[in-house]
Amino acid sequence: MNATAMNLTGEPIAAKAETKKGEVLLAVENISLRFGGVKAITDVSFDIRKGEVRAIIGPNGAGKTSMLNCINGFYHPQEGQITYKGVRRPRVKPHQAAADGIARTFQNVALFKGMSTLDNIMTGRTLKMHRNFFWQALRHGPAMTEEIEHRKKVEDIIDFLQIQHIRKLPVGKLPYGLQKRVELGRALAMEPELLLLDEPMAGMNLEEKEDMCRFILDVNSEFGTTIALIEHDMGVVMDLSDRVVVLEYGRKIADGTPAEVKADQKVIDAYLGVAH
Amino acid sequence: MASVSAGQADTFPKLLLRNARERGARPAFRHKDLGIWQSWNWAQVADQVRSYAKGLSDLGLKRGDKVAIIGYNRPRLYWSMAAAQWLGAIPVPVYADSVADEMAYVLDHAEAVFACVQDQEQVDKILSIADRLPNLRHMLYDEPRGLRDYDHGKLHEIGSVIEAGSAALKASPEASGALEREMQAGSGSDLGIILYTSGTTGRPKGVMLSHFNVITAAEIGCQFDGLTERDEIIAYLPIAWVGDHVFSYAQAIIAGFCVNCPEGPETVIDDRREVGTTYAFAPPRVFETMLTLTMVRMEDAGPLMRRLFHYFLGVAKTHGEKILNGESVPLGARLLYKLGDLLIYAPLRNRFGLSNIKVGYTAGEAIGPELFRFYRSIGVNLKQLYGQTEAGVYVTMQPDGEIKADTVGKPAPLVEIRIDDNGEVLYRSPSIFGGYYKDPEKTAETMTADGFVRSGDAGFFDETGHLKIIDRAKDVGKLSNGDLFPPKYIENKLKFYPNIKEVVAFGQGRDYATVALNIDLAAVGNWAERNNVVYASYQELAGHDLVYDMIAKHVDEVNRSLASEPLMGGAQIRRFLILHKELDADDGELTRTQKVRRGFIAERYAPLVNALYDGSQIAAISTEVTFEDGRKGVISANVKVRDAKTYPTTAPTPARAA
Repeated sequence: MNATAMNLTGEPIAAKAETKKGEVLLAVENISLRFGGVKAITDVSFDIRKGEVRAIIGPNGAGKTSMLNCINGFYHPQEGQITYKGVRRPRVKPHQAAADGIARTFQNVALFKGMSTLDNIMTGRTLKMHRNFFWQALRHGPAMTEEIEHRKKVEDIIDFLQIQHIRKLPVGKLPYGLQKRVELGRALAMEPELLLLDEPMAGMNLEEKEDMCRFILDVNSEFGTTIALIEHDMGVVMDLSDRVVVLEYGRKIADGTPAEVKADQKVIDAYLGVAH
Repeated sequence: MASVSAGQADTFPKLLLRNARERGARPAFRHKDLGIWQSWNWAQVADQVRSYAKGLSDLGLKRGDKVAIIGYNRPRLYWSMAAAQWLGAIPVPVYADSVADEMAYVLDHAEAVFACVQDQEQVDKILSIADRLPNLRHMLYDEPRGLRDYDHGKLHEIGSVIEAGSAALKASPEASGALEREMQAGSGSDLGIILYTSGTTGRPKGVMLSHFNVITAAEIGCQFDGLTERDEIIAYLPIAWVGDHVFSYAQAIIAGFCVNCPEGPETVIDDRREVGTTYAFAPPRVFETMLTLTMVRMEDAGPLMRRLFHYFLGVAKTHGEKILNGESVPLGARLLYKLGDLLIYAPLRNRFGLSNIKVGYTAGEAIGPELFRFYRSIGVNLKQLYGQTEAGVYVTMQPDGEIKADTVGKPAPLVEIRIDDNGEVLYRSPSIFGGYYKDPEKTAETMTADGFVRSGDAGFFDETGHLKIIDRAKDVGKLSNGDLFPPKYIENKLKFYPNIKEVVAFGQGRDYATVALNIDLAAVGNWAERNNVVYASYQELAGHDLVYDMIAKHVDEVNRSLASEPLMGGAQIRRFLILHKELDADDGELTRTQKVRRGFIAERYAPLVNALYDGSQIAAISTEVTFEDGRKGVISANVKVRDAKTYPTTAPTPARAA
């Protein structure tokens, strides 16, 4: 990526870090997660501030996805606690997390393949629909009014992500890059406060990556959505994020601005390996 | 339509106000936004343009200033033209996909002081060349997305400029009066627009057209095809192209019909279906793509469907055109065609969004006879016209009932045509341009002393008085043995096969003719899928032996057909190759209107051209490519060269032909 080289100098990033983002939105404190004898995460703490783009990086198997799964309540850590919006969270279920304003996308696209783009994004509005099943089945009166409102929101998202041309195509027929975009659309349809992106750019070509980067930055600036993302492409991470936390073998080895993290010897060792 | 001759409304803003008076409630513009067709009637449009003009005037736009207009077809960009013309400023539409360098040249050459653009992409592009545009004072954009954090000192949203103008007009009646006088001060002989030609040869040239020129040209078309305010068109061709300017702007305002702007380039086919256009204009490429896509999809249909489809296409081929032309056809065939219409043709037309089509035009390039007949045979009244920017579009058109696949029709109303000694077509009409902007030298080269314009195309009139264009006058060449070599003629014959996308023919001054070509990735890719041919990229598919076999068959057929035509037998293709990359306008290989730049390609692919003539079976090549973001890379490949069979020329000598 063009901008990557420029940002490797660290100047634009340092400038970005100075603008302090708001208060802590979500704090992870001393979390440990085990599957039987396998330790996925060991004693990790970090926080996500309101309005920032927070990257979680690390080599394969470092526990990045497990971390996201803990945040949105899919896994429950054996130790430690998660505080969201100042409230200490007991064991939440994913749907509760969603109702609280946490949306996510998945490493492997998890869309309804037979449904159209429009319908897939519409499913993201489910939690916001209030009319009961019978009204909705009738598609009349208040249910219709509600549906029109939601459709408007969905159309805004379609416009935002520039996917008008695939509005009515079944997503199973779409190329991978577009499917990822639809998935982002579905997450956005929830109007989340915190958006978790699990490798949003995996398997994309350069052009698709650049598009996706732009969309993520736009989401962050236009809607003020806080974003936590996992990504392997270091160029992308350095470009997008305000702060980066680095995991290795389930432990946190670094935390700071992209420039700081890049200069950290432990991080370099983790990525490049060390001579023993 | 008598208004112009009556001398009242002789500029587009005046015509716009006439529309607001006479048909204020009729829809004028529609734009599909957020999935819904938003619409404005003529009264609203006139109102918007008036406020817009006030806004522009308050920003300092003056009579004679140039306003660059860049973007995809959007109502507000068309209104920008009208608002600029209101103040006596001259709109200069620019191809939205031109790379920064080309855009810098046009904007600088036109001395544009304002630029009205569509979105962030164009704003960024212009900011990146801002230091080369000393005249540029303000930039206006239609879509605010992503632009919030930009410095708005010289940057304005079109919507807010219109609002500011509207508020200023409401606040003071004197301002309204002044604005009205400003518009009335304009006259038909004023320079109305500068359209830059796509530059098949060298730098783009700015064609200056007065209001009178454009109005005359537009009226020719309106009268010829009986266009009324009830017509619907979809605007999707580049706004910088004379065709779009006349069809989507001038004729819309003159006849008062509705211009529909699609959501985006990818949604045109669906949007056209929703609107049901009655009048269409498209380069052959668009028709070709629609047909190719259908054919490809039909291959995936069930066997019954497929047989039905091909059977009735056969019926249409034999009888369809005759029925459309009103010739006599046996009753049985008529009934069969009716059945076919019910089962196949009507649904097909619906798919293409051509159900309501009254007349469709194709121009810009020669259309394949097969392709042309296909659309006519399924009941689409497709016609050809021959036009040029310098003519304000129309030079020749095909009248109803005199449609031929291989000619471009008779001279359009008010147009005189003369064929020069070297075969070049010359024309004269009231709508021809006033000259190239800031280029009297080129103007003098193009215009003769008695007011004819040199078209640069070679052609002749056939026995029925229809013009037939062979090629660019300077391109019709000779082989080393003196045989005629018309490159475009050969290229077009090959391009009519759906598997072939682009062709470049070589042979000028050589011993024989050869071609280099691009396969069509959609068509050949589908073929590959069905035949278990595995490929990872265009390059790999293009180099595949089976693909070469397939193309060899097409070349063979073309050679047969060339051999059977008088004078063309010598131009048969002896050798061909399939290029390892697709020709691209970003690499300068095609013009922005997608015409091949033969000379440039011959230079760029010199090793391949040499291989075509030195008898080698394989040639190595590496070429530089430009990616969309302006970075460059290198593609290298070994390209195979094949020999093709030629046929003895069978054409009878003119003396023996009865």
